Amino acid sequence: MTVLELSRWQFGITTVYHFIFVPLTIGLSILVACMQTAWLRKKDPVYLRMTKFFGTLFLINFAVGVVTGIVEEFQFGMNWSAYSAFVGNVFGAPLAMEALLAFFLESTFIGLWIFGWNKLPPRLHLATIWVAAIATNLSAFFILAANSWMQHPVGYRVDPGTHRVVLTSIVALLTNSTLLAAWPHVIFASFVIAGMVVIAASAWHLARNSQVDVFRRAMRIGLAVTLAAGIATAVTGDIQARLMDSQQPMKMAAAEALYNTSDSASFSLFTVGSLNGGQELWSVRVPYLLSLIATLNPHGTVQGINNVERAYDKKYGPGSYKPVIPVTYWSFRLMIGFGSLAALLAFVGLWLTRRRRIPRARWFYRAAIWGVALPYLATTMGWIFTEMGRQPWTVFGLMTTAQSVSPGVTVSSVIISMTVFTLLYGGLAAIAWWLIVRHVKAGAPVEAADPDGAQPRPVLSY
Amino acid sequence: MNLATFWFILVAILFTGYFVLEGFDFGVGILLSLLGRDETDRRVMINTIGPVWDGNEVWLITAGGAMFAAFPLWYASLFSGFYLPLLIILVALIIRGVCFEFRGKVDSVRWRANWDRAMFAGSALPALLWGVAFANIVRGVPMNAAHVYTGNLLTLLNWYGLLGGLVTLSLFMLHGAIFLSLRTTGELRARARRAALRIAVAAVPLAAAFLLATQVSHGRPVTDVTAALAAVALLGAVAAVFGGREGWAFAGTALTVALAVATLFGDLWPNVLPSSTSAAFSLTVTNASSAHYTLVVMSWVAVIFTPLVLAYQGWTYWVFRQRLTSSDILAARPLAPIQEAPAPPPATELNTVDHGGV
Repeated sequence: MTVLELSRWQFGITTVYHFIFVPLTIGLSILVACMQTAWLRKKDPVYLRMTKFFGTLFLINFAVGVVTGIVEEFQFGMNWSAYSAFVGNVFGAPLAMEALLAFFLESTFIGLWIFGWNKLPPRLHLATIWVAAIATNLSAFFILAANSWMQHPVGYRVDPGTHRVVLTSIVALLTNSTLLAAWPHVIFASFVIAGMVVIAASAWHLARNSQVDVFRRAMRIGLAVTLAAGIATAVTGDIQARLMDSQQPMKMAAAEALYNTSDSASFSLFTVGSLNGGQELWSVRVPYLLSLIATLNPHGTVQGINNVERAYDKKYGPGSYKPVIPVTYWSFRLMIGFGSLAALLAFVGLWLTRRRRIPRARWFYRAAIWGVALPYLATTMGWIFTEMGRQPWTVFGLMTTAQSVSPGVTVSSVIISMTVFTLLYGGLAAIAWWLIVRHVKAGAPVEAADPDGAQPRPVLSY
Repeated sequence: MNLATFWFILVAILFTGYFVLEGFDFGVGILLSLLGRDETDRRVMINTIGPVWDGNEVWLITAGGAMFAAFPLWYASLFSGFYLPLLIILVALIIRGVCFEFRGKVDSVRWRANWDRAMFAGSALPALLWGVAFANIVRGVPMNAAHVYTGNLLTLLNWYGLLGGLVTLSLFMLHGAIFLSLRTTGELRARARRAALRIAVAAVPLAAAFLLATQVSHGRPVTDVTAALAAVALLGAVAAVFGGREGWAFAGTALTVALAVATLFGDLWPNVLPSSTSAAFSLTVTNASSAHYTLVVMSWVAVIFTPLVLAYQGWTYWVFRQRLTSSDILAARPLAPIQEAPAPPPATELNTVDHGGV
């Protein structure tokens, strides 16, 4: 293995892992803020129990998201120093803004929320979770601004003296069409995850007929959020597909393993056989769907991999500009498939729980509990698709992944770091999972009345 | 002053903020098992930094981001060159970070003891290694014409680097002990003060030797002044501990850390990463910086938002300014339904020592 291959694996492992925790933080922070708002408005203790139950779950998850995030920032310099030097002028700006505008707010106000329960007036305390939640969503905007620039570079020029990119418009960078589609897509997908987590935790209790007062209401919230966010994720994803078709035609072609430019292109739900452009053994196809996705016209033209390759050979010089086709092909449909199943489950659940009903069917609870894996698999597939589909580029059209790697870092160093991260992250995942399951099973305790009334009691503390 | 120098100062300020703030929470983490005799003590100690440690750590993330945006070549060469030390720091920060959240979630002596060990290692390693890293940045590292680091891990473990590491380690422990004496009461407060004096016995000569060595090799008149002031502030802090003036003592160590960082950055300028291979290969404020437009944009962002950050972080410290007592901890119910088994409180200790403090 070379430093390049190892560094790619390490970046992939650490980033996919980081994004297991991030979306729940994004979605659940807002949901917990809503629950606490409901409590303050309606003075119904059920909402307080809900806030604290999901608040604790949120914090266990948040801790892992925070600590694995530092690795992300450091890795650009550690493993991709050639990339960092080349793009720092442009790419560093949204990263620094993310820290200064979002991370400071998020971390400070989470601290105020955890420890402020009895120190701050109720409304001010409520404001702290809202500030933290909004800051979290803002941080997604800045990091996606950085990523969108890699997919579709705007607002820059290449300096002829230094051969590095130079920022020419921060406005262009922050209003990149790719970003404006990707941000809501990621946010909505995060709400699907948060919704499914709420559903799964609630299902565990409802199946056992325990704490029904809290978890029936939580179940309805989770179901509604999941279905609404699922539909919104599909709509924004659809917008992204057309941007991708015009900005990264190779990625669109690779999503379908479409080798030759076609009109009225069909979309295969799955394919048996190789995806190398040869004869496939068997596939299930929806006619016109690919053309419709890519161009909004059932007879529209979708460029094929071979055609784009020939055009890129001319434009960027001879080479291979194909991503790994089986990866892009499968990750694209698995993303859609897993996401759709989550939305479907929410739809069924909303029907089963209509008019204050509590479903009896055990299969529903089993599906609702294990279904929590679906949106996680979907977002993981989504990121694998969008990042692997950009290959061989790190910055589309400007710099390849092979050119990006740190020149001075040795194979042994990266083997050490990758091993350490993999083991550490594996251990952390096991502990976090165990703590979360334990917490869910313990349920939302009934708030005991304060014995002496006046004594400040920091309910949340370490 | 040109924009690149302005950003050099800003990066220095961000690292100063990081070391002054995370410095004391590293110190508390190191001292957790050494000063915390029982579970109540330890929970008091952790809760003194509980609301703020995460915000403190963001100073590092912001410093890294600012370096990336304003000095891409510095960021690239430094982070790839210091690969293994940064790996250790990252691992330590990860373990330490989850420790805050996970430690109290399970009511088991073994579980907590393991996390206490994690807290010690996770705090001590970065406290040591940041000193090693910054001493080596000032000293210069082997770097070729392409600004690629050509040394290895052992290159950084030279006597000056190790001395720098011992200085940050002992200084942060002192800073943390004084912070604890400022934020706790009773026996724990007295113990923290005694610990501060014992740590000072090592910290003062180490810091003096390091500052002297730094100024002899890399000094300039301005930084001779900051180095001397750092030494004065440190001695003042120790004197204040003696006099039971914990607030002044904390201000003293905070100032010592800030002035020491100012001295190092002052000695570094106009380089950002000197090459010990050849001065011609050094990265400087000029050749490592971003283009003008990026610096202008980021300057506006920094000028508008840094004061805001300082305001709300300052407010957080104000909200949580009260000393923590063991009764706070015993009254607290963790959100996890598993309850702490509270040790019987030695009631006589509470609030009996309450003099001094600013």
